Amino acid sequence: MTSFTLNGRNVTAEVEEDTPLLWVIRDVFGLTGTKFGCGVGMCGACTVHIDNRATRACVTRVGVVAGAAVTTIEGLDPLGAHPVQKAWTSLQVPQCGYCQSGQIMQAAALLKDFPTPTDRDIDAVMAGNLCRCMTYARIRTAIKRAAELGKETKNG
Amino acid sequence: MQSSTMIRRLFAITIITFIAGIVGFAALTRPAVIASTAVPLASSFAPDLIARGEILAGAGSCVGCHTSKGGKPLAGGYAINSEFGVIYSTNITPDAKTGIGAWSEEAFRRAIREGIARDGTQLFPALPYDHFTKVTDDDVSALYAYLMSREPVHAQAIENTLPFPLNIRALQAGWKLLSFRSGRFEPRQDRQLEWNRGAYLAEGVGHCGACHTPRNKIGAEVRERSYAGGIVDGHDVPPLTKANFSPVPWSEEELFNYLRGRGTRFHGRPGGSMRAIVRDGLIKLPDADIRSLAVYFADVGDATSRTKVAEVAIERARAADDLDFARRDEKGAALYMSACASCHYSGGATTNTDRPNLALVSSVNEPDPSKLARVILYGHKAEMPGFGQALQDSDIARIAAYLRSSRTAAAPWPDLEKKVAALRQLGSSR
Repeated sequence: MTSFTLNGRNVTAEVEEDTPLLWVIRDVFGLTGTKFGCGVGMCGACTVHIDNRATRACVTRVGVVAGAAVTTIEGLDPLGAHPVQKAWTSLQVPQCGYCQSGQIMQAAALLKDFPTPTDRDIDAVMAGNLCRCMTYARIRTAIKRAAELGKETKNG
Repeated sequence: MQSSTMIRRLFAITIITFIAGIVGFAALTRPAVIASTAVPLASSFAPDLIARGEILAGAGSCVGCHTSKGGKPLAGGYAINSEFGVIYSTNITPDAKTGIGAWSEEAFRRAIREGIARDGTQLFPALPYDHFTKVTDDDVSALYAYLMSREPVHAQAIENTLPFPLNIRALQAGWKLLSFRSGRFEPRQDRQLEWNRGAYLAEGVGHCGACHTPRNKIGAEVRERSYAGGIVDGHDVPPLTKANFSPVPWSEEELFNYLRGRGTRFHGRPGGSMRAIVRDGLIKLPDADIRSLAVYFADVGDATSRTKVAEVAIERARAADDLDFARRDEKGAALYMSACASCHYSGGATTNTDRPNLALVSSVNEPDPSKLARVILYGHKAEMPGFGQALQDSDIARIAAYLRSSRTAAAPWPDLEKKVAALRQLGSSR
């Protein structure tokens, strides 16, 4: 029995404590935006935020998020208008779309830590999010665009 | 009769006399029994005395040793794996029969200051009375008030498993003659109030040295090597002096945040045994007391004179992050970058509290790779997932070796894969 907040809502998962958070999010709470890619924390498709930190939900046991705030792609922004999401839409980043929830969640966390990311920063932080359709070039451009958008919102 | 028989007889007589002498001495110097008293009512203690006692009990982490897994608080039964055998902690709830309910304040004071139970028997120094001797009278009264106002629990003591003759309590009198120096804490005149408060808490009720100071062959702390590190329950306990493995010295700010249970810039969060101590014990202390402890230990670790060391270490850490891509053909580099760097990369000079820069964590800089291997295998609560199911022992060994060679100038760890495999066998103990 683990209680935490999920996209701002108080929830309780009545499952074994070592159940991967990914399955709790998808099967118990029906939020299927977060994807299963590998199950071993190596592809990034399952990326969510726990207390605003990007984490791989497939290797995180639900027991450890007791009392924490979990955010999924559905909850990143109430209107889907996060600077990262806006940049992703304007640059039409996704191809098949499967990895993109993870990419967006990771990028959103990246911009929190590195508001003006260099290529080196993007290489390092996004390295764990794999894209079989190879949209990497668009991802990189969109991250930089989102950084600019984020600054515009701050200044304007 | 033959001279050899004579010698043997003389020898036997000498030994018997000697033993008789010791027994006689022990019998004559046996401490007195202190009469049992009625269990005091919790309401008989002033609330602010109990409150002060709660703070001190937090600093001393009494619950930590006096509570067994799944047991009621302070009811004892926790196994202390000393090098001499297993000693089980006692019930210190105010239960009249199985706890200390029938103990007067005098009996309590004698117990924690001198290691003597109410009935006059010696207590083993698993109870760190060598530290508690420093506690003031008022504070002992406060601790007594706090403990006596806890919920009484009926829980019988568990038999220690010490081998003969170590289990003979009377022999502790001998240990005390050799190792124990009783006496209240003496503040240093050449130090500020805050430092002295920190020293009093740490060396008295906090008994930090009980884990962090090496011990001699008879299990007594080596006073000349205070805080030089120890071994508890098979685990290495780090030194708190400048010999500490973290490349960035523990400043007062870092120590304050760490002991307050917050993330620190360069030293992560309390982990291992310190986690429970900070979460359940030190949490009771007001900020001022945590500050005092921070001031004291910053001095113990000689942090203020080593700010240059900190700068150099941080610069190296930042550079190491930059070099990963260039080193991607090195064994372990690619694996590190895909499995770890996305979270642990910190790039700039501003390190991220929640993403410890791995060049700066002590686990990468220690002579023993176990701490690092354990974190990779089992994770660290919500902050770091365990990769034991995702990575094989050889993968973990490769990552650890890469971190060691790319982030430190220290000697490579030998037999990494074997060590990881052994740790995996042991299972996650926390």
